[in-house]
Amino acid sequence: MSANGSGIGASVKRKEDQRFLTGRGRYTDDINLPGQLYGYILRSPVAHANIGGIDTSAAMAAPGVHAVFTGKDMEGVGSIPTGWLIHSKDGSPMVEPPHPALAIGKVRYAGDCVAIVVAETKRQAKAAANLVDVDYQELPAVASIEAAEADGAAQVFDEAPGNVCYDWEVGDKGATDAAFEGAAHVVSIDVVNNRLVPNAIEPRAAIANFDPATDEYTLYTTSQNPHLIRLLLGAFVLGLPEHKLRIIAPDVGGGFGSKIPHYAEEAILTWTAGQLGRPVKWTCERIDAFKSDTHGRDHISTAKLALDADGKFLGLHVSTKANLGAYLSTFATCVPTYLYGILFAGPYTTPAVYCEVKSFFTNTVPVDALRGAGRPEATYLLERLVDKAAVELGMDRVEIRRQNFIREFPYQTPVALQYDQGDYDATLDLALDASDWAGFEARRAEAAARGKCRGIGISTFIEACGIAPSAVVGSLGARAGLYESGSVRVHPTGSVSVFTGTHSHGQGHETTFAQIVSDMLGVDFAAVDVVHGDSAKIPFGMGTYGSRSLAVGGTAIYLAVEKVIEKGKKIAAHLLEASVEDIEFENGSFTVAGTDRSTSLGDVALTAYVPHNYPEGLEPGLEETAFYDPLNFTFPAGTHVAEVEVDPETGEVDVVAVTGADDVGRIINPMIVAGQLHGGLAHGIGQALLEDCIYQDDGQLATGSYLDYTMPRAADLPSFNINHNTTLCTHNPLGAKGVGEVGSIGIPPAVINAVIDALRPLGVNDMTMPATSQRVWQAIQQAQG
Amino acid sequence: MNDFTYHAPTSLDEALAALRGAEGAKLIAGGHSLLPVMKLNLAAPSDLVSLAGVPGLADISDDGDSVTVGAMCTHAQVAGSATVQGRIPALAAMADGIGDAQVRNAGTIGGSVAHNDPAADYPAACVALGATIVTDRREIGADDFFQGMFMTPLAGDEVVTAVRFPVPSRAAYAKFANPASKYAVAGVMVADGPDGVRVAVTGASGDGVFRVGEMEAALAGSFSADAVAGISVSSDGMLSDTAAGADYRAHLVTVMAKRAVEACG
Ligand SMILES: Cc1cc2nc3c(=O)[nH]c(=O)nc-3n(C[C@H](O)[C@H](O)[C@H](O)COP(=O)(O)OP(=O)(O)OC[C@H]3O[C@@H](n4cnc5c(N)ncnc54)[C@H](O)[C@@H]3O)c2cc1C
Repeated sequence: MSANGSGIGASVKRKEDQRFLTGRGRYTDDINLPGQLYGYILRSPVAHANIGGIDTSAAMAAPGVHAVFTGKDMEGVGSIPTGWLIHSKDGSPMVEPPHPALAIGKVRYAGDCVAIVVAETKRQAKAAANLVDVDYQELPAVASIEAAEADGAAQVFDEAPGNVCYDWEVGDKGATDAAFEGAAHVVSIDVVNNRLVPNAIEPRAAIANFDPATDEYTLYTTSQNPHLIRLLLGAFVLGLPEHKLRIIAPDVGGGFGSKIPHYAEEAILTWTAGQLGRPVKWTCERIDAFKSDTHGRDHISTAKLALDADGKFLGLHVSTKANLGAYLSTFATCVPTYLYGILFAGPYTTPAVYCEVKSFFTNTVPVDALRGAGRPEATYLLERLVDKAAVELGMDRVEIRRQNFIREFPYQTPVALQYDQGDYDATLDLALDASDWAGFEARRAEAAARGKCRGIGISTFIEACGIAPSAVVGSLGARAGLYESGSVRVHPTGSVSVFTGTHSHGQGHETTFAQIVSDMLGVDFAAVDVVHGDSAKIPFGMGTYGSRSLAVGGTAIYLAVEKVIEKGKKIAAHLLEASVEDIEFENGSFTVAGTDRSTSLGDVALTAYVPHNYPEGLEPGLEETAFYDPLNFTFPAGTHVAEVEVDPETGEVDVVAVTGADDVGRIINPMIVAGQLHGGLAHGIGQALLEDCIYQDDGQLATGSYLDYTMPRAADLPSFNINHNTTLCTHNPLGAKGVGEVGSIGIPPAVINAVIDALRPLGVNDMTMPATSQRVWQAIQQAQG
Repeated sequence: MNDFTYHAPTSLDEALAALRGAEGAKLIAGGHSLLPVMKLNLAAPSDLVSLAGVPGLADISDDGDSVTVGAMCTHAQVAGSATVQGRIPALAAMADGIGDAQVRNAGTIGGSVAHNDPAADYPAACVALGATIVTDRREIGADDFFQGMFMTPLAGDEVVTAVRFPVPSRAAYAKFANPASKYAVAGVMVADGPDGVRVAVTGASGDGVFRVGEMEAALAGSFSADAVAGISVSSDGMLSDTAAGADYRAHLVTVMAKRAVEACG
């Protein structure tokens, strides 16, 4: 593999950008089917209420209206399922209440789907929805973890006493408790991981169609994983066999995890299309996206770290409460458990680790994966705690980390994971150097002369990506496997179509995967196209999330290419009248070893499809499929450094420098990797300083639009200083680890550590995310008494 | 959004006739305040009367002692005007800090003053500079024009045609913007003009723009940042939202006043 013009390692411009940048992308809302009607989803305006009754007669009589359906009409339809069964400490399964697509009898969050109004036009449907008369008999709401666990709290579900879904644990509690007993130092911390609204630029949308001639349903939907939607919608909700349900996820404008789940709207639309025999289209409005796209994070934790006299970590104990929202979304239950608790070794040799997580139902939007999903929450807690330990023990913040680094691989952590490879010293040194860590005090002094408090913060982290070995996740409660498929079709004239079960919604798979295939087969980059997002075209797939597309999906493609080459060798051997064992393949040519006799991939492909002179018994055609089930998670790692300046008068925080030193495994396209890192860093800085999803006590969203919810903008960010030190993943042939979530995992604690470092001279020792100007100003006020 | 009838008059008289022609008629200028509330069904005018085609409403003129800005001048136009930059640079800078580029290219000064959003920037500029709001039938001093949140003395069929700003000897605007919307959380315009020193605050109070007499008196005595640094405004009646509570807003008023004075040079 070499960094030729467009091969692995080259910053090839993205194939997909031609259409995206010229406005020719084809998103779900761009698609219109003949005879299509429009659906408007009527949502609950209140967070918690019994539905006394619903009168749809006025809406039915409104101009253009074809149908109004409510929960009663869909009563025979299955519940929206969740993908992961978690068991509590006592061995009991989690509480798993039903989630009807349209509310039946009760609404549980402001935004819960109550009815669909179908009309000739979008405006008619929306206007008629205003005429649906719902008798909401309001109940007290629980809008936060604190409210959910309070004595006498309202119950979101009768079957979940105390609003608890499960009370889970991982790690050896006895060993951890013992580690604390003899410890020279114990450092504790309380942290909140703020709730976030995902805000993909493209709102969710769907069009469903039913063809009575074939009994086939087609659903176009804004999804990161069309096959997974087919599985959940077909097998669990509507009871449709796979060959009668086609899911197409065309161009999708950002997902960040919020387009993983199978949403109620997908079921409502598909079922409605079946009832009416006409296509039905729905596009979410932004204001509804805030209250219906799954949210992310929302943890409250308390943790303590035991250290010996020299600052060596002896034990870590974490207690977390997580908010799951009103219903269990697809990955909701595993994000705060198996994507969180097992991360707590971090890059450190802490011998005993224990983590317990209690998850609650609340009258809020369901919570699910959001860029990083569990790993940012774990990293934030650990890196805040390590910083605090350094301060309390009077140790250097860098040295305390370095002296606890894992250096021998493979490394078995006390919380299930086995790290295959890494070099944490290398990324740390690189980051210190690139950020001029040593020269910081001069910059602090210079800022002080301008009246600014300057601080620097660091975070050294690992993440578990490339999810995930099916047998492992199956034993932990996953209801699906997490392998991936790839197909490679070499056409008769030598061009290539690649089919992947992953889905690109901004990641650039059409380019990266084409680079791999073009490099391996020695064909022109332009002659390789990647097809994704259609369950009728792709053999199977589990989709894109958890930084898995390259490590798992890319490997499946790699294996399929190898099969193509193997078959090609047989054809070449026949054409060259040599034995298969003697055929070598390189740069698009099959050669008889040690001779100049060769034939091209093009000739071999043509022969495969025009098999006049062909090996006996060999199937014609040159197309191969591989399924790849990863052997382990992958473990990207790195060091992030943030430098901030605080205006002590207003509390404003300005991020003035961000340095990353990352090990993301093999880099196929450096430009795309930089883009993924930049996006993740922006996301992480947004969480650290700006983004905050706030609910009022009555369950109304207080930050329900861009008037109040602050997304990071370009002007909020410095130019990023990105560096790499690569170690290859040992268990996939590409050596790939993953990069999509790195920024949002690594940077938030570095930013908050920097803010605290800046404010420590003023007496501030703690800070909650997001560190808004008001919060920083209040902390300074408090510290100054 | 409900259906409405759209009018595109080509003279002020036609515009006034269209306004009077329907009970629920409303003017539309840049639409950046009106359309959002219509989309949320918080306003549902039967008729929209656009001022875009009415000639003469988008001029900026230098009248010697004052600068007159036509009601249909966009924020970008005011920010980029050589006349405004030369005569009242603080006004150009204020306009340049409204919202974002899209907002500045569509929103107008007439729409902004007529709307009188408590978090808008123009009210502070108008009050501090002692501006006069010119309508199709009368002239109203800024002190009388901004009557609290979204309230003005404008009649339902009255059209703002221009705003006249006396040229101050010095002036500056300091704004602490809401990080999400970029509207003012606390915006303070300090101006030393024909009527003496004026300090006007927007964004902070639930009653809209207000003057801080104590700061004006202090600055009349000594025009320096130190003169206002110790003067705080009460947090009673201050707005409070997720970005800024009343105490924080009150604090920011003093900080922004200080910075505005400093910026006056
Ligand atoms: C994202 C965003 C950010 C913003 N940020 C800021 C900010 O930082 N600071 C700020 O000051 N503003 C801000 N605005 C408001 C923006 O400046 C508005 O455009 C402006 O306040 C209203 O002007 P308009 O021309 O859009 O008026 P319109 O929306 O067209 O009209 C507003 C009201 O004024 C009436 N009206 C319009 N013209 C006249 C007239 N000539 N005579 C009588 N009545 C009239 C209309 O009938 C309507 O009631 C923001 C807006 C948005 C959408």
